[in-house]
Amino acid sequence: MNKKDVAIVLCGAAGQGVQTVEHILVRLLRQAGFHVFATKEYMSRIRGGINSTEIRISSERVSAPVDRIDILLPFHPDALDHLKARISPETTVIGDRKNICLDCPAEVTDFIDVPFAEIAENIGGRLFINIIAAGVVLGMLDVDMKMVSDFISEFFVKKDEEIVRKNIEAIKLGCQRGKELRDSGKARYTLKNPLAKNEVLLNGAEAVGMGALAGGCDFLSSYPMSPSTGVMVFLSQHMEDFGVVVEQAEDEIAAINMALGGSYAGARTMVTTSGGGFALMTEGVSLSGMIEMPVVIHLAQRPGPATGLPTRTEQADLELALYAGHGEFPRVIFAPGSLEDAFDLTKKAFELADKYQIPAFILTDQYFMDTFTNIRPFNLEGIDIEKHIVKTDKGYKRYALTEDGISPRGIPGFGDGLVGVDSDEHDEDSHITEDLDLRTQMVDKRLKKMELLKSEIIPPELVGSEDYEILLIGWGSTYHAIKEALKELNREDIAFLHFKQVYPLYPGSQEYFDRAKQTIIVENNATSQFGKIIKLYTDHSVGGNLLKYNGLAFTVEEIVKGLKDKLS
Amino acid sequence: MDPKIYDMCDIDIAWCPGCGNFSILRSLKGALAELEIPPEELVVVTGIGQAAKIPHYFKTHFFNGLHGRTLPPATAIKVVNPELTVIAESGDGDMYGEGGNHFLHAIRRNPDITNIVHNNMVYGLTKGQASPTSQLGFRTPVQVKGVFLEPFNPLSLAITLGAPFVARAFAGDEERTKDILKMAISHKGYALVDILQHCVSFNKVNTFQWFKENTYYLDDSHDPEDRNEAFQASLQQDKLPLGVIYKCTGKKTFEENIGIYDQDQTPLSLRKMDRKDALKILIQTKS
Repeated sequence: MNKKDVAIVLCGAAGQGVQTVEHILVRLLRQAGFHVFATKEYMSRIRGGINSTEIRISSERVSAPVDRIDILLPFHPDALDHLKARISPETTVIGDRKNICLDCPAEVTDFIDVPFAEIAENIGGRLFINIIAAGVVLGMLDVDMKMVSDFISEFFVKKDEEIVRKNIEAIKLGCQRGKELRDSGKARYTLKNPLAKNEVLLNGAEAVGMGALAGGCDFLSSYPMSPSTGVMVFLSQHMEDFGVVVEQAEDEIAAINMALGGSYAGARTMVTTSGGGFALMTEGVSLSGMIEMPVVIHLAQRPGPATGLPTRTEQADLELALYAGHGEFPRVIFAPGSLEDAFDLTKKAFELADKYQIPAFILTDQYFMDTFTNIRPFNLEGIDIEKHIVKTDKGYKRYALTEDGISPRGIPGFGDGLVGVDSDEHDEDSHITEDLDLRTQMVDKRLKKMELLKSEIIPPELVGSEDYEILLIGWGSTYHAIKEALKELNREDIAFLHFKQVYPLYPGSQEYFDRAKQTIIVENNATSQFGKIIKLYTDHSVGGNLLKYNGLAFTVEEIVKGLKDKLS
Repeated sequence: MDPKIYDMCDIDIAWCPGCGNFSILRSLKGALAELEIPPEELVVVTGIGQAAKIPHYFKTHFFNGLHGRTLPPATAIKVVNPELTVIAESGDGDMYGEGGNHFLHAIRRNPDITNIVHNNMVYGLTKGQASPTSQLGFRTPVQVKGVFLEPFNPLSLAITLGAPFVARAFAGDEERTKDILKMAISHKGYALVDILQHCVSFNKVNTFQWFKENTYYLDDSHDPEDRNEAFQASLQQDKLPLGVIYKCTGKKTFEENIGIYDQDQTPLSLRKMDRKDALKILIQTKS
């Protein structure tokens, strides 16, 4: 059967090396020219449990998870049971009957027995099972053997020769099996290779990290917390090449206060955190508002309240980000839907934070952080970094009352002036004041920047027909899943409006809603937080919603089914 | 340099008449003037409390941030621009209570900053509750039966955590306090100066007279470079020793360890940024 895309799921316990198979497969298949997409769901533990990774390999661009499984590779006796709801007659299970798949659930109708353990032991031990399994998939997809062995040599470059040799042997044996399955017609799929060669493979954490570097980030202070840590790791890996200070703070309170200190001294600073850590940072958000100090906050959401589901996904911290910090002050919140968005918006967050001296948020989530897709390399034209810092002279006033509310920002050690900032209400010279008329002026000054910010709001993206009757609304990481669902639905009367800036809301949003006979919002939370924001800032009440809050991201089929139910 | 260069005119000082903060401010101005540090090269970072208002009363760059959060921004400011002299200054409540975790880890991090703590063993701004350094039995409207928590010992803690300079001063002796501050500011690495200070409004036990009677200056027989001896001195409670309790040289600072200045001494804040080529290379590594 000639398919456009094949969904492969690898499933095993933590510590079994499933990640290694994923790593090898997605990179090799991408190098071979296929479009790839990989996402994972995993338990919050270092060993054991049952985790699964979904890899879609396609002739066309794919960027969303599906429920469908075309090929399933179980590495643990519990794997088939874990995934049985997703197994259909269309699913081919390739497994080791004797060791892993003794009791196949009834859902499994197409089983190909490959004695992985036996083959591995002939090579030198069970640890080669993963590599053999990767080989089977690569063989089935007819990936060039030389490319495979070159990749494996490179991948194990730090290991000794014997290990490299055995791994190459293992993957070759796997490939051979795969080719046999392909030739015998047992593997039912052939896939046209689109030869998309000049692309890069990234996950959300890397895209945010690259956006930060492009935005001039030279200081990151954070406390590790899943799923936000990837950004910190990424910047740590590149701190030397780009001249970035990366410091692991003692807690999130220290992290954001350090970032504000760094910003005061002239750096472009960032913190990366998740809900619980961000809760600790809220005093710093308020401080940023009061002392008008730029800071970029990357908030990778996971399900709460409290510790919640540490390794799962949700979009339930939008209201937290919007209302965090006591007092009233401007802020901006971006929610990337694609890797390109993540790069552009993170860069933009640095620009806006600096220009308007405000906290700027990037709202992602576990799904977005951990998901890989291939994309065209980012466009680096016009990434020149403009710092909004002035050289001070004697008599410089940090909080000079200006017409537009923006006081030119000086930094200590650059010019002859003195630069003070104060968390108390302050006068133009930054000294504590209880002059209540001045207080009113200072509040007005800070809020005036909100008006300026409104001139730079990124409009939502309309996907599908301009001439719609039904409008789907989404924000952040659900972008690709809704987009693919829309394609599946194939209806001229439905369009999708995706918001990548969720606050302040685009002033023209109302017109989009007015044009629809029916609006349906899709959110990865239980209370439709963005729906509430729409109601607050426009005259529109969203008509219906599709909400999911079990800790997993939406799949394409779920959205299709959910919408069909609502539209029937 | 004349200490007058730090003077500000027309300021309305919120401290009580007779407060030890006035003497500390004079000692600090004197120390800075003798070290020839102009206001343009100095940043004073403070938190919240009466002591934390100090940068509003003399000429300096300042970051008057949140309660307890003096050391994180001070550390960041120093690493972003090591050419600045950075002083993190606040009271005992701010530094040892609300900011206790940052106190521990700032010492471990060892930025080249001076940490001045106005220690009057009581909360002033909130009107007289116990502070982490209040002594056992100290009664307040909240601690009605008297303090029973073990008093916080900043000096022994700092020595344990590897602070390269640890000193105690008494606000009632402006001249000696100035000298200690000079040594602390000149010392490379994190330097703690815990300044004992009377509170005329809320501490009727540890008065000016009490501090006079219950402190003494360490003499030449004390070797501040002997860590064990320093630790012993820091534990003394019957009479509190004053002066440099501990010091060591040669410990690498946070700014030196972080690597950002290995090749290029230009402060991070003043560097030109052109990242296009490096980004292009980085992106290509992901193909």
